[in-house]
Amino acid sequence: MATLKSKGDASAVAVTAPTEDPDFALRSLQDKFEKQGSYKASDDELLTFYEQMLLIRRFEERAGQLYGLGLIGGFCHLYIGQEAVAVGLQSALAEGKDSVITGYRDHGHMLAYGIDPKVIMAELTGRQAGISKGKGGSMHMFSTEHAFYGGHGIVGAQVPLGAGLAFAHKYREDGGVCLAYFGDGAANQGQVYETFNMAALWQLPIVFVIENNQYAMGTSTARSSAETHFHRRGAAFRIPGMHVDGMDVLAVRGAAEVALEHVRSGGGPVLMEMNTYRYRGHSMSDPAKYRTRDEVNEMRDKHDPIEAAKAELLNRGKDEAKLKEIEKSIRAQVGEAADFAESSPEPEMSELYTDVLVETY
Amino acid sequence: MSIELKMPALSPTMEEGTLAKWLVKEGDEVSPGDIIAEIETDKATMEFESIDEGTVGKIMVEAGTENVKVGTVIAVLNGDGSDVSAPEAPKAVAEPAPPAAAAPAPAKSAAPVAIEPEMPEGTTMVSNTVREALRDAMAEEMRADERVFVMGEEVAEYQGAYKVTQGLLDEFGPKRVIDTPITEYGFAGIGTGAAMGGLRPIVEFMTFNFAMQAIDHIINSAAKTNYMSGGQMRCPIVFRGPNGAASRVGAQHSQNYAPWYASVPGLVVIAPYDAADAKGLLKAAIRSNDPVVFLENELLYGKSFDVPEMDDWVLPIGKARIMREGNDVTIVSYSIGVGLALEAAETLAGEGIDAEVIDLRTIRPLDTATVLASLKKTNRLIVAEEGWPTCSIASEIAAVCMEQGFDDLDAPVLRVTDVDVPLPYAANLEKAALINASRIVECAKKVCYRN
Repeated sequence: MATLKSKGDASAVAVTAPTEDPDFALRSLQDKFEKQGSYKASDDELLTFYEQMLLIRRFEERAGQLYGLGLIGGFCHLYIGQEAVAVGLQSALAEGKDSVITGYRDHGHMLAYGIDPKVIMAELTGRQAGISKGKGGSMHMFSTEHAFYGGHGIVGAQVPLGAGLAFAHKYREDGGVCLAYFGDGAANQGQVYETFNMAALWQLPIVFVIENNQYAMGTSTARSSAETHFHRRGAAFRIPGMHVDGMDVLAVRGAAEVALEHVRSGGGPVLMEMNTYRYRGHSMSDPAKYRTRDEVNEMRDKHDPIEAAKAELLNRGKDEAKLKEIEKSIRAQVGEAADFAESSPEPEMSELYTDVLVETY
Repeated sequence: MSIELKMPALSPTMEEGTLAKWLVKEGDEVSPGDIIAEIETDKATMEFESIDEGTVGKIMVEAGTENVKVGTVIAVLNGDGSDVSAPEAPKAVAEPAPPAAAAPAPAKSAAPVAIEPEMPEGTTMVSNTVREALRDAMAEEMRADERVFVMGEEVAEYQGAYKVTQGLLDEFGPKRVIDTPITEYGFAGIGTGAAMGGLRPIVEFMTFNFAMQAIDHIINSAAKTNYMSGGQMRCPIVFRGPNGAASRVGAQHSQNYAPWYASVPGLVVIAPYDAADAKGLLKAAIRSNDPVVFLENELLYGKSFDVPEMDDWVLPIGKARIMREGNDVTIVSYSIGVGLALEAAETLAGEGIDAEVIDLRTIRPLDTATVLASLKKTNRLIVAEEGWPTCSIASEIAAVCMEQGFDDLDAPVLRVTDVDVPLPYAANLEKAALINASRIVECAKKVCYRN
């Protein structure tokens, strides 16, 4: 690749050149982001963010309830508390042109892309109408129509897969960027660093997003990570890092603008650390005894992304009754999705044998 | 409107639990997110949150009650009227009829017919090594389809660790012939992602021994995603490279992975023997819309065979080939074992035993019809496999013969394989561990009760 050659040549350049200074690479985009600040959303945009985040919140609460009723089985990882990350980032993407991939905590990312809550909920209940025909479940959902590539159950696997999607964007020269989400836990997987190396070497158009919700299942970042400032994890590969308040949708969107501009202009990968928090356990069967109730309440009461957006809307003069109206309609939408997911039939028995291979041999 | 609060299932396996403690009392106001009770499962004490707004009406199950079944109404919440109704308890779902016990995938009913694609009368044959045939297959497919590219360690500037990709960089350039760092897990994942994104990658492993680093992507990402997505996610990728024992490279570099990959639904597994098959099957693999594991053999790379000189020599996946016809005993094999089986058949002919040799070519899906038709004819069958005996392809063939060809058997199916040990380095021990033609001869005579 041409970039390989120019990289080789660069080693001959004086070591003080800014691009040769790892600290520069590390902080360049963060400096720009801090200068530029949060996204200046119009009232309509902010209202949309609020609606999307609220939809995710209410959807996930209902999913938790359906799990409790035995309608959803297996593992179910809720996105409650982290809504601003998916909404802020994905609102900055060109849907259809860019691609998105994530791990098993994937409901929110799909809802942020406007995928019908009914087919997501029906997948959670394992029904034919589910987005994977009921054959994937909570952790394995995809929408190629929206260039949403899953939904992967093996921690960290989505990172090289995402780099592969970015590789395809570059190969086809279609101008697309891949957004690859993973958690603070996955950030310790070896394949992540294999991917950082190749993504930087080949200047792939990818934004790596670490959703740092502070706990890898029950292990806090301090107990599992020698470097807990995850945005620094790309420094060894000259990948610029950014750290963002992931509880603030406008900050997330503002940072996304800076990152995407860098990647789209051919600058290669960016690593974004989104500092966020999940209010619920790792999965439905996690009692979350590794942290105090006070810690959770502190985040909920003082840093909730939805409450903050609501306060901002009211501040801008939005009518409280109008917001109440929106809340009501989202509840109705989620209720419909749940009814649909409960009443839809299970997959036909013949589905057992379909989709194993594409072709017949 | 009142909402029934039910004993929740708090783990995939929970059926009942203890209502340890109420944190609200009748008449209390609750909001979404408020913890209303603590519930003990067999594993932990969990907090039970309200997702609705309202006033606690009646508490139906007292704190401290044990063995409360999941789904039991534990309290009633009087809603504020703005809520949609709470979901009903799960309706009893009629137990689906279990699929017919271990129903094997629908057996191919068609009798094996012509197993070669049409080769026009008078086609010229040229002598090519397996190495050249593989390279030509890739080059032809790359010329035909812009989406096809090759990636792997030393595939470009070095021209291939085993020179299989020789010349590809010159013709196709560094965009399509890509040297990777030594990072199998990572580049197998990138290749798989690129296939999901619409390209057609050929991922070369320097040897399949190193693909164990990457096996998670081959199986969990490439093989399973189409099924898990209900048929939305395509993964047209070829993982290829040398497999099996080479020569004096010791245990870590000498293993046959065919049984590993062949056990995975969602994968196609191919292991050719000669150059014509290597070319025709690799071209088919690259064109397939399924993920293919293509197992080559280092010891065969330099061997020359006739290859038809045709513009587009493509072979069908999933079809075995009768390499030599015979009536007394069937020797089933694949990859390097085929050459040994043919050698053994020659020796057997000298002793008056007429052996039929079948090259499986595709290991998954297995062409059981060809194997069973041969068994019907010879009534005796052995499997020759360069690999370990336990849970092998030979074991699988033996099972198929018993399940579907029991009445045709005049002798037990026997396996001739490598010895069940890690491959030793010392020349004499290595030789003793590996399958050879004389062992195949011995085994064939045994099932013919000739000694």
